[in-house]
Amino acid sequence: MEERPFSDISYRQFLSEGKFMGSRCRKCGELYVPPRHFCIACRSDDMEWHEMVGEGELAAFTCIFVAPPHMVELGYDRRNPYCTGVVTLKEGPRIVARIEGVDAARPESIAIGTPMKSDFIRLGEGEGAKTLLAFRPS
Amino acid sequence: MTGKRKLGRGVAIVGAGMSNFGMFPDKDSKDVFAEAFSEMIAGVDKGFDPADIQAAWIGNFSNDFFVHQAHWGPIIADLTGIAPKAVTRTEGACASSTLAMRDGLMAIASGMYDIVLAGGVEEMSKCTTEEVTEGLALATSPYEGDAGYTFPGVFGALATAYFNKYGAGREHLMNITIKSHENAPLNPKGQFKQTIKDLMEARKAKAEKKGLPVPGWADEKEALWDPAFNPPVAWPMHLYDCCPISDGASCVLMVAEELAKDFTDDPIYVVGFGQGSGRGLHACPSLTSFEANKNAAKEAYGMSGLKPRDIQFAEVHDCFSIAELIHIEDLGFFEAGEGYKAIAEGETRRDGRMPINTSGGLKCKGHPVGATGTAQMFEIWKQLRGEAGERQIPGRDLYIGATQNLGGTGGTCTFTIFERR
Ligand SMILES: [Zn+2]
Repeated sequence: MEERPFSDISYRQFLSEGKFMGSRCRKCGELYVPPRHFCIACRSDDMEWHEMVGEGELAAFTCIFVAPPHMVELGYDRRNPYCTGVVTLKEGPRIVARIEGVDAARPESIAIGTPMKSDFIRLGEGEGAKTLLAFRPS
Repeated sequence: MTGKRKLGRGVAIVGAGMSNFGMFPDKDSKDVFAEAFSEMIAGVDKGFDPADIQAAWIGNFSNDFFVHQAHWGPIIADLTGIAPKAVTRTEGACASSTLAMRDGLMAIASGMYDIVLAGGVEEMSKCTTEEVTEGLALATSPYEGDAGYTFPGVFGALATAYFNKYGAGREHLMNITIKSHENAPLNPKGQFKQTIKDLMEARKAKAEKKGLPVPGWADEKEALWDPAFNPPVAWPMHLYDCCPISDGASCVLMVAEELAKDFTDDPIYVVGFGQGSGRGLHACPSLTSFEANKNAAKEAYGMSGLKPRDIQFAEVHDCFSIAELIHIEDLGFFEAGEGYKAIAEGETRRDGRMPINTSGGLKCKGHPVGATGTAQMFEIWKQLRGEAGERQIPGRDLYIGATQNLGGTGGTCTFTIFERR
């Protein structure tokens, strides 16, 4: 199985490989995404990697009209807002992620409880390349 | 395993000061702190020699980012004449100066010092809105940054979860905004002094003068629904759901209980303090409550022996309208899911059963982040002593007030209970 440390760096590496991974406690079964170094439920540090199914439902969201600099660079602003949300995963944990495939300019059209499936947003190339987790209605 | 938390020695506040809050291109952090400090000294009823201050704590979130100056302890020590004695900077994002008060509280309660100053300062208006947004984002979790969240965005997401769970809507948050703006003209130190009605009239007059169509809003809510008046920032958070960018400073003078009457016949005692830490949006157990608040409340009520119904009024951290709603439920003033109904019935207005943010709140008074916590205490000090002027809570004998201060997106929450005996 995978020997990578249970860190944010590993988590992001997995995303760049198209894998959505969490860490699971071998002792009590608690599952964490992003991964945790040790289990805060039973305090064990015996963790293993677990690939997430990538399905869930929308638990909360916002549509950003005043964007931070790194999103403005991607072309988002008052006229072109984007949606970001919280998704409750089928396996239980929640995750924050960009929400694609919805009309961010019409937030009233977006509903909590909408079934979602995971996707990846690939940004930049070479050294500066980055992969972000996203969800879209399934 | 852990016993009931009690102060080893009682602590009283015997003076409080606050600068004007607003955008001051001609003033820097030292200027506004000097304003707050001078008012605090002048407000000690029986007089006071600042040379008696034995140590101080100064809250500051991010002047290192905002004005490229990080080491605020010695700067304030020099300004106030406390140097060469100890002055320490505390950081808890928007709760930085409440943490300054907490350090002072612990220092006096432990017996280490008898007379300390706690305060805070922030200078934000020299930055562009984009820079301030970036600076404040230093207080969110890294996962939220990756997902494109902004500060208002996190609160926007909480609002959608609250609306969905309890059946509330934007119109309920508007009640909070309208109420804060009703208190605003009564606070001479606040950044905004206009009611929503005043702002609507100003808009209409401007349109008329320019020969543009004059908006025909029937009431405040109709204006707040109009995106031309109230544009979205991070839906459902619109412009009037958000507090402004501000400069300002505030401070309180704290002394050991047995010394309090040497300073004033009317001290305010700190009888309960609690603090909690929150996690990112993905890991918090509820999207309609701050677990850090719950811990802070549990500790402060436990220390004071008081219950939510004993609190007569409070200043809570309304950085965004939804935050005020969540806080008043988390602190037990109202049941979960009931707060918005109580607000609609006017219970949190100045003349209501449980006045919230008589100062105008962060929304109208302003939010120089590092100064906010002790500025909330300034309002409690004024109200408990009956010195709040026009905004004095009417027809009530006040003896218990509280402040709730939130840092980041709920990463740090504090709750402090004050008593006048
Ligand atoms: Zn475990």
